[in-house]
Amino acid sequence: METVIEMKGITKAFPGIIANDDISMDLRRGEIHALLGENGAGKSTLMSILFGLYQPDSGVINKNGEIVSINGPNDATRLGIGMVHQHFKLVQNFTVLENIVLGMETTKRGFLHMEEARARVVELSEQYGLAIDPDAYISDITVGMQQRVEILKMLYRENEILIFDEPTAVLTPQEIDDLMDIMKGLTSEGKSILFITHKLAEIKRVADRCTVLRKGCLIGTVDVASANVEQLSEMMVGRKINFIVEKSEAEPKEVVLEVKDLSVHSKTHGKAAVNNVSFKVRSGEVVCIAGIDGNGQSELVYALTGIRPPDEGTILLAGKDISRVSVRTRSNEGMAHIPEDRHRHGLILDYDLAYNLVLQTYHTPRFQKNGFLRFNEIYEYADELIEKFDIRSGQGGRTPTRSMSGGNQQKVIVAREIDRKPKLLVAVQPTRGLDVGAIEYIHKQLIHERETGAGVLLVSLELDEVMNLSDRILVIYEGQIVADVDPREVTLQELGLYMSGSSVKNNSKV
Amino acid sequence: MKKERHFLSSLSGMNALSSVMAILIGLFAGFIILLASNPAQAFNGFFIVLTGGFSDLFNLGQVLYYATPIIMTGLSVGFAGKTGLFNIGASGQFTFGMYAAILVAIKMSGLPGPLVCLLALLAGIIAGALWGLVPGLLKALCNVHEVIACIMMNYIGMYLVNYLIVTTDVYDNTRNMTMRLSQDANLPTLGLDNLFSAATAGGAARPSSVGSGILIAIFVCVLIYIVLEKTKFGYELKSCGYNHEAAHYAGINEKKGIMLSMTIAGGLAGLGGAMLALAGAGRGIKVVDVLAGEGFMGIPVALLALNNPIGIIFSGFLIAYLTQSGFLLQRLAFAPEIIEIIIAIIIYFSALALLLKGAIEYFIKGKKKDARIKAEDLGTGDFKTGNNDSEGGDSG
Repeated sequence: METVIEMKGITKAFPGIIANDDISMDLRRGEIHALLGENGAGKSTLMSILFGLYQPDSGVINKNGEIVSINGPNDATRLGIGMVHQHFKLVQNFTVLENIVLGMETTKRGFLHMEEARARVVELSEQYGLAIDPDAYISDITVGMQQRVEILKMLYRENEILIFDEPTAVLTPQEIDDLMDIMKGLTSEGKSILFITHKLAEIKRVADRCTVLRKGCLIGTVDVASANVEQLSEMMVGRKINFIVEKSEAEPKEVVLEVKDLSVHSKTHGKAAVNNVSFKVRSGEVVCIAGIDGNGQSELVYALTGIRPPDEGTILLAGKDISRVSVRTRSNEGMAHIPEDRHRHGLILDYDLAYNLVLQTYHTPRFQKNGFLRFNEIYEYADELIEKFDIRSGQGGRTPTRSMSGGNQQKVIVAREIDRKPKLLVAVQPTRGLDVGAIEYIHKQLIHERETGAGVLLVSLELDEVMNLSDRILVIYEGQIVADVDPREVTLQELGLYMSGSSVKNNSKV
Repeated sequence: MKKERHFLSSLSGMNALSSVMAILIGLFAGFIILLASNPAQAFNGFFIVLTGGFSDLFNLGQVLYYATPIIMTGLSVGFAGKTGLFNIGASGQFTFGMYAAILVAIKMSGLPGPLVCLLALLAGIIAGALWGLVPGLLKALCNVHEVIACIMMNYIGMYLVNYLIVTTDVYDNTRNMTMRLSQDANLPTLGLDNLFSAATAGGAARPSSVGSGILIAIFVCVLIYIVLEKTKFGYELKSCGYNHEAAHYAGINEKKGIMLSMTIAGGLAGLGGAMLALAGAGRGIKVVDVLAGEGFMGIPVALLALNNPIGIIFSGFLIAYLTQSGFLLQRLAFAPEIIEIIIAIIIYFSALALLLKGAIEYFIKGKKKDARIKAEDLGTGDFKTGNNDSEGGDSG
């Protein structure tokens, strides 16, 4: 197979960090080449260089054996390089067709002439099996279809080299299957694909070769067929990872959280974001809310934790009605909350580490006296938690939180919330954006909480996490709980069907 | 070795450095204006700008006098800024506080002087606080942006005070301003005016206008610093300022925070107005349709100090120093307008402090971080083991 793209000795430094250190890789015609690495390993930087968003400090890019300089996305498009970004770049109130031709409109005497474009888009969608409705508005179609629009955009521009940046993060299992088929179809038509991911199973399924990066350095390129998942993960992280969370049988005891007929109206549209939801969480069990992003999980969590009180229904925490009380009261009553977005809700980045560790407890007599903060206590407590939870920090309690890595920032939140000995721990996507090492750690902590008698309500979009951790799975779809299942009795495929609303199962034991 | 680098790379050190650099750039730009407007006198003029405030004790006293109100309005803007609010309404709060102080001082002149003074100061604080509370309430309850509400309150304050001066009988129509206050009601000078004085040709010393106001201003700055940095209340307010959603998540009542913060900010500006009226230098409120400049001067004062209450003492001094120096510049046949422009240019460039802070951080921290990461990598030997692992993976 001929080589289409060759990146040689690419080095790119940002202030304070070398994102890519002398990285070389090549892409052959018709292959799916995975780019594997933890967060911050330099995958995105490398691909941004290939797409012309960054200029390398040194190193060259060859296309078909000739040195090329790529100074921007327009250069990349001219060279046939296209990218599907993790967050789609689509105009919401344009139609599918308008989005595909955007920037390359066919015109006649300065007026749009869409018929030609439409014919080509339809032809392409049939050729590659990308089912779309050209006249649907982007805001009305599913995420999976939006992704197909992004792929068609690349094909419409006759791109030969397609970069997929973490394309499966937003998809259901069925949609992931479809995408894998589409990717294979594309390569059989002679396209080459660069596939950025940190999901090993997907690499095993579709990729031909895999290049692993760690901390900005090239670890190696391997043939996927000859490597197993354990080896790949070890290359990625630098040590062995335990994928299966070790946990004993759950022993649920008394009910710590009881939600009755809870409804939350949506802020943006009139419909209910959470629609008449009822469930219970007992101490000593992990209950997971599974679902595709945007089906009411955030609103449900806001209602439970008091960030945005519910419109209807009741919430009982250990028997006490907390549906209308303040965030502070809920927290004092024993509710801990690991928020979905650690930068938006979980941390005050301008505070140092110690200040963030007392964010929920600064008002207790331990940390303040007559309104004055007790600095000795605060920093001693910080040292204690840093030790106990193995938080890596440059300057102990005085480390600026902003300068810490994502995994350590998340550890700060986990430490803060768990150390309060909560009755109920609400953990929302606690491992989002973290690398496998940190994920392993946080999973252990959640299981430890369960074993010490707390009830854990886990909200997650990652099906592996859901299957691994939970003792019971509640599937949420369009604001309603559509299934209550036992993870030992359900397959990923079934779960996917519930999540996409194709199937409903309600157990009486809710 | 570590300690030497500590100050420069620490946050407050970096802030101070960026402020100083902004001032230097501002002075240089001011010099260029001097050169353009009057080349022959430019060097003399620049010398006066640099040294005027220190040239004798009288001038230094005037610097302290001018600094008092703008330290207070600067503190008002800076305090609100620490809690994430832009108090552009210090002008209205200042005017209203000043009016309330004058009203009390005149209407209660039958009471003993010190008591009148105290009541007048209190009235100033309350009136300013009220003027700050309105935008605070609107922001907390109706989500009206505080900048809009503050600007409106500035105009309402100015016109209302102009109206009230006449209707409440504190109007002196020969001078078109508020009446003179009785000497008894003034803030005690504590002998500072005579300390900061200059000998005149006649032999009698000419006292400056400085009084105990400057001491009160400094005291309040320290007080606000302690509140912000050492108390639970300050922790809450700063949490709202840095990340109000995280504050909400942590159960902090951010609406209460917004209202309290604006009220306190208003009270600080109002106190500034009251102290100016009671300084004994004959300043009153002129019945003209102009917003009080002291209120707006608070914005550069706060910006230059990056909202740090202690820094505000110094930036207030700096701007007062430039004002007094500019006043002296008139001796050299510089048009008063040019002087105003030069002061404005210096302040303008001083506002670059924020921008410079980013640049300094980039140079000092960026390089330091680089070094640290390298040291860490070498120290743990992580990369070596990593490479071994990859070889294992390759062969596997």
